[in-house]
Amino acid sequence: MAAIQLKVNGETYSIEADPQMPLLWALRDLIGLKGTKYGCGIGQCGACTVHLNGQAVRSCSMPVMAMTDMEITTIEGLSKPGQDLHPVQQTWIEEQVPQCGYCQSGQIMSAAALLQNNTAPSDAEIDSAMQGNLCRCGTYPRIKKAIKSVNGTIEKAKG
Amino acid sequence: MKTNQISRRNFVKLSGAGTGSLILGLYVPTSLHAAKIIKASDPESFGVELNAWVHINMDGKVTIFSHRAEMGQGVYQAIPQIVCEELEVSLDDVNIVFAKGDNKKYGSQVTGGSSTVRGSYKNLLKLGATARTMLIMAAAAKWNVPASECYAEAGHVIHKPSENKFHYGELVEEAAQLDPPSDIVLKSRSEYKLIGKSMPRQDIPLKVNGTAVFGLDKALPGMMYAMVERSPKLHGKIKTFDDTEARKIPGVKDVFKVKMGVFTLYREGVAVVADNTWAALQGKRALTIEWDDSGFEQLNSEDIRKKMDGTLLKNKGLVQKKQGDADSIIDNAEDKIDITYHTPFQSHSPIEPLNCVAHYQEDKVEIWGPIQAPEWVQDYISTEMGIEREKIIVNMTFLGGGFGRKAFMDYPHEATVISKHIGGPVQVVWTREDEMTQGPWRPGIAYRCEAVLENSDIKAMRVRFVGQNEDHMRRAENADRTRANWGTSEGFPKPYYDSIENISFYDVPFELPTVPIMWWRSVYASTNGFAYDGFLDVLATESKTDPMDFRRKYMKDDRSQKLIDKLEKVSGWKNRGKGYGVGITECFRTTVGQVVKVSKKANGNGVQIDHVWVVVDCGWYVNPNIIKAQVEGAIIMAMGAATSHEITFEAGQAMQSNFDSYPLPRISDTPEIEVFIMDNEENAGGVGEPGLPPFAPALANAIYNLTGKRIYNLPFKLNEVV
Ligand code: FES
Ligand code: FES
Repeated sequence: MAAIQLKVNGETYSIEADPQMPLLWALRDLIGLKGTKYGCGIGQCGACTVHLNGQAVRSCSMPVMAMTDMEITTIEGLSKPGQDLHPVQQTWIEEQVPQCGYCQSGQIMSAAALLQNNTAPSDAEIDSAMQGNLCRCGTYPRIKKAIKSVNGTIEKAKG
Repeated sequence: MKTNQISRRNFVKLSGAGTGSLILGLYVPTSLHAAKIIKASDPESFGVELNAWVHINMDGKVTIFSHRAEMGQGVYQAIPQIVCEELEVSLDDVNIVFAKGDNKKYGSQVTGGSSTVRGSYKNLLKLGATARTMLIMAAAAKWNVPASECYAEAGHVIHKPSENKFHYGELVEEAAQLDPPSDIVLKSRSEYKLIGKSMPRQDIPLKVNGTAVFGLDKALPGMMYAMVERSPKLHGKIKTFDDTEARKIPGVKDVFKVKMGVFTLYREGVAVVADNTWAALQGKRALTIEWDDSGFEQLNSEDIRKKMDGTLLKNKGLVQKKQGDADSIIDNAEDKIDITYHTPFQSHSPIEPLNCVAHYQEDKVEIWGPIQAPEWVQDYISTEMGIEREKIIVNMTFLGGGFGRKAFMDYPHEATVISKHIGGPVQVVWTREDEMTQGPWRPGIAYRCEAVLENSDIKAMRVRFVGQNEDHMRRAENADRTRANWGTSEGFPKPYYDSIENISFYDVPFELPTVPIMWWRSVYASTNGFAYDGFLDVLATESKTDPMDFRRKYMKDDRSQKLIDKLEKVSGWKNRGKGYGVGITECFRTTVGQVVKVSKKANGNGVQIDHVWVVVDCGWYVNPNIIKAQVEGAIIMAMGAATSHEITFEAGQAMQSNFDSYPLPRISDTPEIEVFIMDNEENAGGVGEPGLPPFAPALANAIYNLTGKRIYNLPFKLNEVV
């Protein structure tokens, strides 16, 4: 066990954890942020996607000890309560993307990371950025559509 | 009406709940068709079966209790959308609460068979209309005007001549004193403001910011986390186990043997209880267990296939459907078409793995989880653990997908056993590997389809179906084995019976008692469609008829004709090029037709799916956008099922264990999908499942059209098709 400091959504958390514990379980069980999901534990499904210094990563495959000094953002931190939704969340509602919704935290985090660096991704770029996120309910057509329609919004938000 | 003993305590509590608010429920005496609206404050209402509650308080806030599980199919939206239409309130003014598992109150709460809307919409309309009428009556009395001069709109009752207004909240006390009227007038379709419109789903905002609570997200104060190591083979007993290493893992609190029910069999395992999920998983991995699997069949897939094929050839089977005399025509024919189809075992694999929180206490057990069938959980745990049914409280959370798997009772049972052992609340989490290797699965099926054609007409058709019967699984030796599996002809559109004079479906008995099976989205139709519609496509070719015209010729009823016309039009069928296939199936009272277009891949590696056109006839419907979403999703699930998925067994062990060996379709595999819905006033059919079965045959038929090669076995790899 080790004392570890994590910076999540702008807050610092001090936790006692097995250094090998994947970030996923530290977020869920030790910090209590349950928006990040477990789906496979082997980096295959993307349900556990969070941002690490702005990049989308699979938190099930990241040992928590390697996370110190990193900026971690989870779905809970994508937009603060009471504030405007992130443009991706907004479009997700407009396009009525989620069905069961379980994979959607991960989908949204992957899409937000993609659009951060590339505001007008092509079909092929969308496919490759979203390839690691499985959805058993089959919301892919709407995810594609939502990512395409978010473009303008992000440009506007950036001013 | 059935009278009930009402305990004094319950009566007092209930009357209290009724003060200052109007509470209405549906009383369901025998069947859903004879529902009566009842006020919850009526003494007689307590303890009788009330289905769906509407609660309006003095602030005018409306609460609707959703009695079915939300697993992505949009129940959370559909029930309020129906009730609010007649109640005349905006969806924004409504709270939706998941009702606890209590089938005394709500009637059956098993979410399956695409039944939620089609089973209860008429009663839900009546419920909303009754509340509205009572509020209007209350307002009219207050103003001392005839009720006919008043109408309801947006949570208010308005007196037309004077334009006076009451908010619903101002009327509930008076309305609660009235008797529910029996002569309720429902709106006509043209008056609908909400029904038939694509209202945004109420659960979606919760699902974009991580606040929706799924089973896995449930946490109780002091809750422990547990994982269980179960036999890697279908069945095995624990000979010995060594937990020394597991107990060394920091956070591991306890390790012990558990046993849970799998239908009428039992599965043994070793539970590791810890203060976080990761420690429980580490503990599970550190266990050394010696399994004794003697006495169990060491099944493998090849043997199962051989056994099925052997049974098909030698055994005639039980009649499930029969008209005319297909047997003598086919058995005496010189020339017949005779094709055998095979479909594989498959895993449900919702992205949320199985999990359940249980808190066993002295006088009750409380359960929280992604649960499709709360009353079955109550029944099962009650019988297995000797706990009174009323003391088992089942709370349904959001389900991260279910597809049939979460209508099974093993994981809540196991969680309850573990909670009892440790004497506190616990969440039992299944890994993906646990879910995929333990089953239950969709059963593998073999079909022998035979037909005789005469002058391009189907003179006779016969099907023999070999596969496990879910009823036998559930009831073991108590099942009635003289009765054919009801699912034998599921998915086969009924209009064919009117146009094929000699037709029979036989269920050839087949048992694999150690392989657990369970409903899988659209149940037997999910594979029947591939065989039956695929076979009809062969008959179309043999009779030199255009595949669309062939279906038009045999599906003669008006609804089918319209659906086929529409499908032909939207898919551009008449001017099509190569690579088009059609498939039509019917299940849960909904008919779905699909046209799939495939083309050869530019790199020469097989074919790709370019486009899918879908026409859905589900009769009366609530929310077209939800239907479209369900159908898109069903097609993508069907795509994986047709072109990739198969659970295989070796020496009694499932060989696929996670998404690396059982890859789900990804975003880049998704074709263009267009969904069209037929408009009519027919009774509502299901929407969650019927979009799935026609895809596999339409795809196989399209590949035949492109390549000239027929496909008789699932799954087939798109890159191996040339
Ligand atoms: S849980 Fe991390 S990728 Fe599946
Ligand atoms: S919405 Fe259910 S898994 Fe994606």
